[in-house]
Amino acid sequence: MVNMLSIKNLHAGIEEKNILKGLDLTINPGEVHAIMGPNGAGKSTLGYVLSGRDGYEVTEGEATLNGQDLLDMEIEERAVAGLFLAFQYPVEIPGVSNMVFMKESVNAARIARGQEEYTAGEFLKLAKEACKQVQLPLDFLKRGVNEGFSGGEKKRNEIMQMILLQPSICFLDETDSGLDVDALKTVADGVNSQRSPERSFVVVTHYQRLLDYIKPDFVHILADGKIIKSGDASLALKIENEGYGFLGLNYVEEKA
Amino acid sequence: MTDEIDQALDKKYEAGFVTDIESDTFEPGLNESVIRRLSKLKNDPEWLLEWRLSAYNTWLKMEMPDWANLGIDEIDYQAISYYSAPKSMKDKPQSLDEVDPELIRTYEKLGIPLHEQERLAGVAVDIVFDSVSVVTTFRDKLAEAGVIFCPISEAIEKYPDMVKKYLGSVVPRGDNFFSALNSAMFTDGSFVYIPKGVKCPMELSTYFRINELNTGQFERTLIIADEGSELSYLEGCTAPQRDENQLHAAVVELVALDDSKIKYSTVQNWYPGDENGKGGIYNFVTKRGIAHTNSRISWTQVETGSAVTWKYPSCILKGDNSVGEFYSVALTRGCQQADTGTKMIHLGKNTRSTIIAKGISAGRSNNAYRGLVKMGPKAENARNFTECDSLLIGDKCGAHTYPYIESRNPTAIVEHEATTSKVSDEQMFLCQQRGLDPEKAVSMIVNGFCKEVFKELPMEFAVEAGKLLEISLEGSVG
Ligand SMILES: Nc1ncnc2c1ncn2[C@@H]1O[C@H](COP(=O)(O)OP(=O)(O)OP(=O)(O)O)[C@@H](O)[C@H]1O
Ligand SMILES: [Mg+2]
Repeated sequence: MVNMLSIKNLHAGIEEKNILKGLDLTINPGEVHAIMGPNGAGKSTLGYVLSGRDGYEVTEGEATLNGQDLLDMEIEERAVAGLFLAFQYPVEIPGVSNMVFMKESVNAARIARGQEEYTAGEFLKLAKEACKQVQLPLDFLKRGVNEGFSGGEKKRNEIMQMILLQPSICFLDETDSGLDVDALKTVADGVNSQRSPERSFVVVTHYQRLLDYIKPDFVHILADGKIIKSGDASLALKIENEGYGFLGLNYVEEKA
Repeated sequence: MTDEIDQALDKKYEAGFVTDIESDTFEPGLNESVIRRLSKLKNDPEWLLEWRLSAYNTWLKMEMPDWANLGIDEIDYQAISYYSAPKSMKDKPQSLDEVDPELIRTYEKLGIPLHEQERLAGVAVDIVFDSVSVVTTFRDKLAEAGVIFCPISEAIEKYPDMVKKYLGSVVPRGDNFFSALNSAMFTDGSFVYIPKGVKCPMELSTYFRINELNTGQFERTLIIADEGSELSYLEGCTAPQRDENQLHAAVVELVALDDSKIKYSTVQNWYPGDENGKGGIYNFVTKRGIAHTNSRISWTQVETGSAVTWKYPSCILKGDNSVGEFYSVALTRGCQQADTGTKMIHLGKNTRSTIIAKGISAGRSNNAYRGLVKMGPKAENARNFTECDSLLIGDKCGAHTYPYIESRNPTAIVEHEATTSKVSDEQMFLCQQRGLDPEKAVSMIVNGFCKEVFKELPMEFAVEAGKLLEISLEGSVG
């Protein structure tokens, strides 16, 4: 079986600063991996490097998506190949309606896959369903992308995009931060509804609470640019109770 | 990221082809005998010849203004030809069947089919090619409603009283250097009259094309909306891609009589010159409307072309309760320069004006909003709201805002808001992460920025304007 996502000895940074320092991670279809780790460890950086954001330079190592060399592809090629990043801080695009934005995105992926583009009518139906699923009022389809959305609404909007885009691997960067209790449940339900044997998730979070809703197959600790420990869901509980201190200096490196 | 956007902006100008056609073209140069020759050719009445000559004498005493600080090579007015018309137009074709097929093909290539059955239903068009009007569609249908829509040359012949009364009444001949030049040498243009109480049954439009080398286009548009009438008028323009600069100096006059409404929309896509600033149209246009009691004049413009654009569509709000609006998108790239805005002159009581100006600058271009809001002493309770937003793409371009306010009435209120923003790396990254290529991403972000203005355009035009922006922002991405 080809791994969905395979990252080997990844070194990457920005402007001379090394952030990822030999990161290994393998994800198979259908798996949910949680990544936890202290602030500044490089979690968001991993998402950016995988999706090809400008300014991030890979100095060593490799990453493949379904066997394809990910690092050699343009940002939008990676996206239409099935990589989705839910942003920690979603940006606003004033005046561009959410609906138009999502329709163009979804159709870009469909064109890449050799499928027919959705018509406005077809897409509207899908969008309305997705909007209801993340419990945003329907007028959010008409509003500008993230324009004036509250923090929690922005996060739900990310999940709505994920539902519509049907990616094969979803990298959710702190999608739970800033959510109230009900929103957390909504977002988790949205993610769970998308779990399938073909789709995998990387869920970056600081709180074990999210993992009560989205049950991970693996939990990894990312610190100082590397995965320093991997385990099952119980690892997240241990961190919740003890913090990162127990990892100390002489931690034992393990692999999932 | 900036590089990528620059590449995305490295656009193709799709209207840049030349029509190979035989023309009668005046030798370059301007003097009294050239004016007499033009006047004779056009069968002008005596008063119009006098009118032209007096404008010419005024022009001779004027100098080209330099207050806008535009970088323009000195224009040699004796090196320009002031008249050019396809030879085939000499016999005055009476119907489309008699029009040179080469001309018809030109407009087909530009996406403007001239045969009525192929036209968007509901849009009548007057076609001006170099110095002459080639054809005006749907005239019979308009005539049923009493609407007059014809080349201005024809109006001078058929409706001399009306033309004489209003020509130069809104933009006097000596108003400025270019209006004087235009008044002396205007060759053709469109004339519209909407009778009392009539709502024009279809959109009217004029499509301007400059084709001949070294020729200037000096057209004149006069629109009169009689009491209680309504119309929406659209204007589009293109020119071939050439290394030489060419001059376009038009005058547009709008007369909105009591209780009438005029909506005037422009999509200006003259050849902008290449990325190093070689060639392109100098677009120096005077547009002004006078609004009588309870009337409304709306200017909407999408300016993407021309090497230099210099225009300020304005409203004289003379009548009480009259309304003036100006919605503008000006996009500059390469080495383009745009200095555009409006003047809202509030004379009557309770007059209202709204100005929404969106400037988008890319490449090494410069984009300025320049506007005047003037509240006269009798403008009791007049109101103006102005919003100027600039969007920068890359870091080598410039955006400037020059709002001038003169208020001589203490009850008048003027509000001004201005913002400057950039197409950010984060926005580009979000779009691309969702699968959009950089060109599409830029055009989507820019379209979003222009939304408030685009929604003022008539439906078909809004789509066209969006596409035009997309083409303007299109190019090869490495
Ligand atoms: N543009 C930049 N220039 C310099 N340093 C940067 C830049 N972007 C990120 N860094 C640094 O890289 C390190 C990793 O940042 P990253 O955002 O990946 O951390 P994180 O694990 O997501 O943290 P958090 O939990 O706070 O979201 C941090 O020390 C950060 O300051
Ligand atoms: Mg982070």
